Amino acid sequence: MHLIRIALASLANRRFTALLTVFAIALSVCLLLAVERVRTEARASFANTISGTDLIVGARSGSVNLLLYSVFRIGNATNNIRWDSFERFANHRQVKWAIPISLGDSHRGYRVMGTSTAYFEHYRYARSQALQLAQGREFADDPFEVVLGAEVAQALGYGLGEKIVLAHGVATISLLKHDDKPFTVVGILERTGTPVDRTLHISLAGMEALHIDWQNGMPARGAAQISADQARAMDLQPKQITAFMLGLNSKIATFSLQREINEFRGEPLLAILPGVALQELWSLMGTAEQALFVVSLFVVLTGLIGMLTAILTSLNERRREMAILRSVGARPWHIASLLVLEAFTLALAGVAFGVALLYLGIAGSQGFVQASYGLYLALNAPSSYEWKLLGGILAAAVAMGSVPAWRAYRQSLADGLSIRL
Amino acid sequence: MTQPLIELADLGFAWPGQAQLLDIPHFTLAPGETLFLKGPSGSGKTTLLGLLGGVQRAQSGHIRLLGQDLGQLSAGARDRFRVDHTGYIFQQFNLLPFLSVRENVELPCRFSRLRAERARQRHGSVDAAAAALLDHLGLRTELLGRRADELSIGQQQRVAAARALIGQPELVIADEPTSALDFDAREAFLQLLFAECRAAGASLLFVSHDQSLAPLFDRSLSLGELNRAAKSVEV
Repeated sequence: MHLIRIALASLANRRFTALLTVFAIALSVCLLLAVERVRTEARASFANTISGTDLIVGARSGSVNLLLYSVFRIGNATNNIRWDSFERFANHRQVKWAIPISLGDSHRGYRVMGTSTAYFEHYRYARSQALQLAQGREFADDPFEVVLGAEVAQALGYGLGEKIVLAHGVATISLLKHDDKPFTVVGILERTGTPVDRTLHISLAGMEALHIDWQNGMPARGAAQISADQARAMDLQPKQITAFMLGLNSKIATFSLQREINEFRGEPLLAILPGVALQELWSLMGTAEQALFVVSLFVVLTGLIGMLTAILTSLNERRREMAILRSVGARPWHIASLLVLEAFTLALAGVAFGVALLYLGIAGSQGFVQASYGLYLALNAPSSYEWKLLGGILAAAVAMGSVPAWRAYRQSLADGLSIRL
Repeated sequence: MTQPLIELADLGFAWPGQAQLLDIPHFTLAPGETLFLKGPSGSGKTTLLGLLGGVQRAQSGHIRLLGQDLGQLSAGARDRFRVDHTGYIFQQFNLLPFLSVRENVELPCRFSRLRAERARQRHGSVDAAAAALLDHLGLRTELLGRRADELSIGQQQRVAAARALIGQPELVIADEPTSALDFDAREAFLQLLFAECRAAGASLLFVSHDQSLAPLFDRSLSLGELNRAAKSVEV
């Protein structure tokens, strides 16, 4: 007990350097935990993006590319696929449900997705959670109805009944607007923490109606223009879509159907298993995430080396302190444990302060991070992995403390009770 | 005749790679005796105190403290033996500046169960023992809770004396404890130290180069006379 008291009093006597050391360790611990939290959360929300879908089918390209545009709304399809190809596989005997997807338009930076009501019925994310409407209803027979993702509605401040104009293409600033055919917001989805939140959903018929008078990628002019009302009366059956998702009756059929689609002679198609493609994509991003983690580990190491430096520099000016302790009966191992205790105390204070900083930071930035990055950082107690990290930091501090401890041990043996000044 | 407190016989010591520093054929200190040992710097004084404290081990001969041959004890046992039976007062800066006066005085009792036990037997508790000693040495009780480095040098030396005496060690070793004090304060400090050593029944081995203090002691010796190695160097 008295050793702890002496160690604490000695540290308090050098409180300025001690506080700086604690602060350096605290910052590094906070950074490490923050990186760890964000990457755990990112991985979880990534894996939660899509579930329950057995196959995603699109024009032949790369599997990651297909996953990116069909699920994450990133990048573009290289090619469209024909409606009859979709119909053929949607009616396949192994297929339970099929969701067509048609992409290419946007609204103020958010992607517009044309689909069918099957989407609301069958699309699943996280642990088989279905999409829920927070307000309103799904789009129905009128082609000019839109259902907003939660973030779109929140960020743009849209409510039910709002009239919005979609833009052609996916650039944030689009010069070509479908302003002759405004859409009415009829529903807003619950927040999912997935790209669904950042999507505007319209019917395939709506998508077709938008482009019905377009020729060669340009809007029609003058007499060739077709108004919204005229479009409503026309046949809005799409001829092409971008991709589709399939749910099968039996998982066992997944691979055989995948092969069947990939070998389809009608047009070049690619079918992917979302889980496999997700993993492939994560392994690409995982490197960056690993690198970030390693960097933050090194920052912790730097903090601990700062502590080691501070203790080692103090040793020489504390020879007298050690000699006095020896003269009142402290044995060399007492002196050594005093220094290990000191390192442990500094690290423990640093870790505690760092964890406090982390929670303060999470509490302060929770809303902002969720809104901007779709990551929900919970104010959870540290996970068992985080406890292990913290324990590891303390163990490393004690291991480092043994360096000055060993030096002080040698020094106190050599100096004995008196210091030659 | 009672057993001497310290007995040196044919003690020889040299630092590695250096000439023989100490060669003391015979030396004793009786229980309760106060001895002035004159030793100019470089005479092996510090080394002798290190040997008596069991920090260094003699290469030849014997050092007996209370009849116990220090050379036969392990390093850890010597450390324990030292704190159980010896109190130290050094030149200056004797105290841990960041501890309170009380904590400084009580330090030996934290490392020696024997001295803590003796302090309790005589005063009821270690705290009471510290307070009583400081009171005898003329330090006001309100100083007890102060940080040691807030005291004057003279006060600090009295705190160091109280620390050396707590738990009644049989031997008090003082290494130039008065060199930082002016003459009047020196004599007053010594009188207090004598009185307390007498009250505790401790012997005092007082090492100094200041010959003027010698008449105050029971006996006075010069390390140069004791140490044959020193003589041979002089010749």
